[in-house]
Amino acid sequence: MAKNVDYDYIRRANSAFMTTLTGLCTLIAVGALAVILFYIAWQGIGSLNFRFLVDTPRPVGEGGGIGNAIVGSLVLLLISSAFGLPLGICVGVYLSEIGRGRFGGAVRFIVDTLTGIPSIVTGVFVYAILVLPMKHFSALAGGAALALIMIPIVARTTEEMLKLVPHSLREGALALGAPQWRVTLGVVIPAAAPGIATGAMLAIARVSGETAPLLFTAFGSRFFPSSLNEPIASLTVQIYNYAISPYDEWHAQAWAATLVLMTLVLGINIIVRFLTRKKF
Amino acid sequence: MPVQTAAPKIEVRASAPAPVPGKAKVSVRELNFFYGRVQALHDISLDIPERIVMAFIGPSGCGKSTFLRTLNRMNDVIPGTRVGGQVSIDGHDIYAPGTDVVELRRRVGMVFQKSNPFPKSIFDNVAYGLRINKITSSSSELADRVEQALKDAALWNEVKDRLKSSALSLSGGQQQRLCIARALAIRPEVLLMDEPASALDPIATSKIEELIFELKAQYTIVIVTHNMQQAARVSDTTAFFLLGKLIEVNSTEKMFTAPNEKLTEDYITGRFG
Repeated sequence: MAKNVDYDYIRRANSAFMTTLTGLCTLIAVGALAVILFYIAWQGIGSLNFRFLVDTPRPVGEGGGIGNAIVGSLVLLLISSAFGLPLGICVGVYLSEIGRGRFGGAVRFIVDTLTGIPSIVTGVFVYAILVLPMKHFSALAGGAALALIMIPIVARTTEEMLKLVPHSLREGALALGAPQWRVTLGVVIPAAAPGIATGAMLAIARVSGETAPLLFTAFGSRFFPSSLNEPIASLTVQIYNYAISPYDEWHAQAWAATLVLMTLVLGINIIVRFLTRKKF
Repeated sequence: MPVQTAAPKIEVRASAPAPVPGKAKVSVRELNFFYGRVQALHDISLDIPERIVMAFIGPSGCGKSTFLRTLNRMNDVIPGTRVGGQVSIDGHDIYAPGTDVVELRRRVGMVFQKSNPFPKSIFDNVAYGLRINKITSSSSELADRVEQALKDAALWNEVKDRLKSSALSLSGGQQQRLCIARALAIRPEVLLMDEPASALDPIATSKIEELIFELKAQYTIVIVTHNMQQAARVSDTTAFFLLGKLIEVNSTEKMFTAPNEKLTEDYITGRFG
């Protein structure tokens, strides 16, 4: 009897210790993120006003804003999403539903490798195949670079989400006389839609923070965009340029632009979550 | 309906032809089935007469589910499987080249062991087969067919006020009856049921069993079951499988009182399995 009590005590102590440990780790990780968020908000909020959000950059001492960079970033995200998301989702569907053989394995390996490619390499690559032949920087080239970063992320998350759909659902649909493509389109993809959307959102959030691939492709601009075929501003490049400048005013504007970028990503997150919330 | 011509006499090892009325709806001849190199079914020959309930019994892994799934070619979706022999429905070999598998599965419906409603509304679940097969021409006709299928599956009264709510909000027994309704909606000729009540409580089980009894007036039903009492309650004919072989087919009454085969008797009396 006494032995049992001892054992029970050790087990409880062990459980309490592990619970505390995991709690502590969570606290450290979330705490660090919270500090970053609050620090950015604290530093950025001072220079934030309506004029800053709609104006174009001006020389030091004259204020100016990031209106063109916000529009530029949104345009770049639209271009990259328009190409990157459908392509990535299609690759994911292929990997999960069709390509189960050796070729599928090769594709999966290549996609995994692509995920690990540093984004600056993607930028240089797009510079070589798009910017050099076109002889100028452009929003299209910037969007293409971001799309290339998106595709492997979206493809793999889509594949994983589709694989989570129980096999019994596919069989249920097949047994009702549904051809394969209708099973995939009408049952499997809708069942995985929230997960696929989460993957798409992660990809968008990831590329909205990219600077390196845009330096050689979208380049940056001090004006509102008038065409997709010319250089375009973006929040990240603007932040980069302001942050490495020697002027305190621009440093403050970089903080404010960072806050805007963060809010933008958060906003996209919330919208996508709302649109794809579980209906059933 | 095409009548089967020149069907060989029923030949199921030592047992006599099943003493049931009606012509053979499904006719299986020397069926062999392989998962890769492993042979799961050995020389199965069996006739399933029209509009009866036939139960497949046998211990786990004896091949009864595999056999059931050869009847609507559901095993096609499992990589590395191979079929030899012949399965005819109304005299047409369903493994003949050029067979339209989609059309076959429309005629041979299936209910699975674990209920698998789609994550859609109750209505959309039942309407799924009707829509993809373009069976109905108007939305009112669609609604009628859905209602009829839900009534046939004895689920209508429980769900008629919430057809638009999620199928996943139903209880386990209701979900299984929904899957039956979904299969019935496209009015198959044969209904395959793979242990349809094994995950259900006794009340839900008895509802499903009553339903099977009702349905046999219109459908040919094949049910795989682990539960011998269930086989005895719902079926007219019973087939006993062991280690991938068909040991005996007989009328259910005879099967459970005086089986022809010693192995059957041993299994039914609980000496193994």
